[in-house]
Amino acid sequence: MRREVIFSVEGLYRESNDIIGYTFGHGEKAACIVGAMRGNELQQLYICSQLIKTLKNLEEHGAISHNKEIMVVPTVNQYGVNVEKRFWPIDNVDINRCFPGQTDADAPKQIAKALFDNVRGYSYGIQFASFYMPGDFIPHVRMMETGFQSPSLANLFGLQYVVTRKPKPMDTVTLNYNWQMNGTNAFSIYTNATDNVDEKSARQAVSAVLRFLTRMGIVKYNNHSGYIASVIEEHELMPVKSDTAGFYRRLKEPGDPVYHGDVIAQVIDPYEGEVISDILSPTDGIIFFAHTAPMVMENAVVYKIIRRMHE
Amino acid sequence: MVSEVVSVKMPVKEKINISKNHFEPDNATGREARISLVTGIHGDELDGQFVMYEVVRRINEHPERLTGIVDVYPCINPLGMDMGTRGIPMFDLDMNRVFPGDNNGAMAEYVAAELVNDIIGSDLCIDIHSSNVYIKEALQVRLNEDCADKLLPYARIMNADFVWVYSSITVREATLAYSLNKLGVPTLVTEMGVGLRINYAYCRQLIDGIFNIMIELGIWQDERPQVKEPIMSTEGQVDFLHAEAAGIFISALGDRLGNIKSGEHIGDIISPIEGKVLQRIESPADGIIFTLRENPVVYKGTLLARVYAVK
Repeated sequence: MRREVIFSVEGLYRESNDIIGYTFGHGEKAACIVGAMRGNELQQLYICSQLIKTLKNLEEHGAISHNKEIMVVPTVNQYGVNVEKRFWPIDNVDINRCFPGQTDADAPKQIAKALFDNVRGYSYGIQFASFYMPGDFIPHVRMMETGFQSPSLANLFGLQYVVTRKPKPMDTVTLNYNWQMNGTNAFSIYTNATDNVDEKSARQAVSAVLRFLTRMGIVKYNNHSGYIASVIEEHELMPVKSDTAGFYRRLKEPGDPVYHGDVIAQVIDPYEGEVISDILSPTDGIIFFAHTAPMVMENAVVYKIIRRMHE
Repeated sequence: MVSEVVSVKMPVKEKINISKNHFEPDNATGREARISLVTGIHGDELDGQFVMYEVVRRINEHPERLTGIVDVYPCINPLGMDMGTRGIPMFDLDMNRVFPGDNNGAMAEYVAAELVNDIIGSDLCIDIHSSNVYIKEALQVRLNEDCADKLLPYARIMNADFVWVYSSITVREATLAYSLNKLGVPTLVTEMGVGLRINYAYCRQLIDGIFNIMIELGIWQDERPQVKEPIMSTEGQVDFLHAEAAGIFISALGDRLGNIKSGEHIGDIISPIEGKVLQRIESPADGIIFTLRENPVVYKGTLLARVYAVK
């Protein structure tokens, strides 16, 4: 394992924000894994730490394939992690909206540029990402339809679902999009936590990456073969919205089957305690995303359901 | 007449209301031109509050001068404005990256879609922005080069110091202005001042420009105010000046923006602990300085100034 500072932002009174890359094996740039881009992505950082621990062990036992190199960048935003801010804390900029970056520019764009210069050219790029709304997903692989996406490769992670979606304008400045446009097969992996550490889904994510690396001949590792994924397009996910606001009682979990007309959540008057709305499932299917916060606004997306799918 | 454009219930006994004030002449025929004035998409931008107040005050004072329709939308992000945050506080989401919105989307996308629906049909829209808390801007009109032919005639009579026509970037497609221009509503963006402050001189300058445009569109009958001929970015080039080290930026210009000579001292980056100047910043050309760093804390790469160099 080689540990290298790939870029550093000098602080005024703080110590520098060092971006550290951990490299395993030598030779062809095979796979690159990027963790917490945002300061609140603690699960993503934790997954990378566990992955680095495992890869170090594998390398010591000669299990990294000949002429294959893997790089892991656990975080680019230690400044944000340390002060519990999602974005680059100096001027509140989302680093994952700054790609491909720029050298002669503000720190977030410099970070994006330096990271991208170091992670481009790998055959496979894997990012542990997070969603801006509070909620849990079924762990899945997500990819954008840039014309270069490959759902069949995404299947090799062995997670239950692969979600594809058309990029929106704001996606064009993300790492994933720029990776794809520069010839890297890029995947985002979503687990069911962000601000806190969920050991079970972290283990699942580490296993999924090692499974993928094994199947691509990059490491030698014997683990369970996982699932044959169902590939779904994001627009096929049916949103279920709250029709009023108050305390939120979630009745279904990601992965649960639901049937048309089932009560899947309730909204409770915040002062008087009465149930003021039963939220019904509009379809048969499986819960893919579920809102987590104890309260809910009106018109919030509280579930996304995979329609007409059964366990 | 004040009315609600869209509202969303908050969890505890409160609604977010996006309101507008609608003015039309007595005995309206239905053939009147309509202008929409929008501000407060970013909660930390306050100049538009005074601009809206003064426009409404003058219409109320002289309703007989109104010969068209004026719709005033003074605050699109009320929660952000209340808390002094740029984005929507709960999600740290930039509202000007979710247009044209989605009626089936999350709260911000829903609000964006309803706002766009309400503005459609206007003959012109002006989206009034301030800068953020880090940078000070001279009064300027910004337009995407895709729409320059249609918008430049209006931009020229807005009483701005500077009109900046910039090249198209995909990420800007998610802004209100881009979306409205695509949907057939010519939309101008103005920038001025600093976040969380009101620059009354710029506001008064813009108010004159707005009334000048209203006279041009046949919406207001009055003597034309004296408006200045703006400097057009199409006739020269914009130089970006960046910090070369982390430190404290001390402006040599005070609050002054505007004309500047080649070699003129713009400011210094100093190291307080070492008592020395780390970088002296001078104007690279004769022209106008229309952007200046406001927050003195800078990192390497931080934008310090933009100077438009006259050819």
